Amino acid sequence: MENRIRILLLSLAVLATGCSHMPWRKDKAEAEPPPPPEGGSTPVVIEPQVERREVKPARIDTENWEAGAYIGSLSVEDFEVNMVYGARLAYHISEDFFAEAIAGTSDAGLSSFERLSGGAPLLTDSERQFTYYSLGFGWNALPGEIFLGGKHAYNSAVYLTLGAGGTRFAGDDHFTLTAGAGARVLLKDWLAVHLDMRDHVMEIDVLGSNKTSHNYEASLGVTAFF
Amino acid sequence: MARLAACGLLIFLASIATARAEGLSVTVADPYVEMRTGPGRGFPVFNVVERGASVEVESRRTDWFKVKDVRGREGWVHKDQMKETLVPAGVKMPIDDPAREDFGAHRREVGLLLGDYGGASVVTVYGAWAFNEHLAAEVAASHILGDFSDGQYLTIGLTHVPVPEWRIQPFLSIGTGVIRIQPDGTLVGTPERTDQVAYAGVGVRAYLARRFIVRGEYKEYVVFTDRDENEEDIEWKIGFAFFF
Repeated sequence: MENRIRILLLSLAVLATGCSHMPWRKDKAEAEPPPPPEGGSTPVVIEPQVERREVKPARIDTENWEAGAYIGSLSVEDFEVNMVYGARLAYHISEDFFAEAIAGTSDAGLSSFERLSGGAPLLTDSERQFTYYSLGFGWNALPGEIFLGGKHAYNSAVYLTLGAGGTRFAGDDHFTLTAGAGARVLLKDWLAVHLDMRDHVMEIDVLGSNKTSHNYEASLGVTAFF
Repeated sequence: MARLAACGLLIFLASIATARAEGLSVTVADPYVEMRTGPGRGFPVFNVVERGASVEVESRRTDWFKVKDVRGREGWVHKDQMKETLVPAGVKMPIDDPAREDFGAHRREVGLLLGDYGGASVVTVYGAWAFNEHLAAEVAASHILGDFSDGQYLTIGLTHVPVPEWRIQPFLSIGTGVIRIQPDGTLVGTPERTDQVAYAGVGVRAYLARRFIVRGEYKEYVVFTDRDENEEDIEWKIGFAFFF
């Protein structure tokens, strides 16, 4: 019984395959290539309606700039230690290096010569103002984290800076090299506290002869990344 | 009524806040991406996000992207891993960072140069904007700091790069500007003066890495004084610049 059904199904299958190859089949004719169009131009069969998605570089908020202000004390060589105020702008080029611009101002005090001699002051009040700027680069030498108790961790970096610029003091502009080291602690990802030590080195001739003057500065600053 | 308005304002502010917080959402296509505690290679990896999961990109600092995963953890992922993530359109995240191929074809350049102007130290900041690969307009502000006089000069000029395809590119420059010279306070009797200057120069700029350029140049200046003879000065400078 089973065999008979099998034979029947098989013969049906053979018949169907055979029929599909018969010349009277309609779809056989359709499968033939269409005759070449007159005039030689290819007719437009399908109008492609593909809307290409334009992929632009994503607009991501980059925060490589850092700007802020600092306050500290500046020791103007021979002219006492005084309060200094300044502003700082930095551009972070890579995780290791940044470009930095700083500008600050301070009012220098009296030299010991002026104090002891009791005579006329060497400088006028406006000449006594010590104003500097410096442009240079910094290297994040020791990046890391600092921990406050068990719950708080803040990203930090100890960096070294080297810059060149000018200082207006004692009625003249002096070419100044500024070398420094600082520590940056990020309280938030956009907010940093800086502790900086800098030495402003220049040639100066206020007290008669030319000499190299080192002017050390220690400051505390706050900057924001944007 | 006032309460209603306050409510509306609150909702409005909240919507701004949420809109601001929504960044670009990308899908991880690599086996995983590593999230670090800070934007640097030394910071520890504290979380990994597996393939198929999505993260929200919040901001970028240098080569690091600050991302937030679905569980709200925030960390920093390196550019090399971010490049392999997929944006909603289904393609890799496009990050257009300048590279060697862009040097020479770049539009803007900013730099700092140090050197010597007629025997005095000079500090220069310049910015350039390129019309095409060969020709650029340049504005430079300089500060001369000498033993006997100080001064500033501001110039505008053109630079021409004959072969912008090279890694080390020589260039020619011409320009004009104004110069102000102040004799030192300790010297008496010489007045401050402001004159026009013109310069011609040659220089070389070379691609360092990423977007950095090292640049050196030599220029000859003519200062159009109101005395009988014009003053000629020689300047050379070297420094760094970056393009964008």
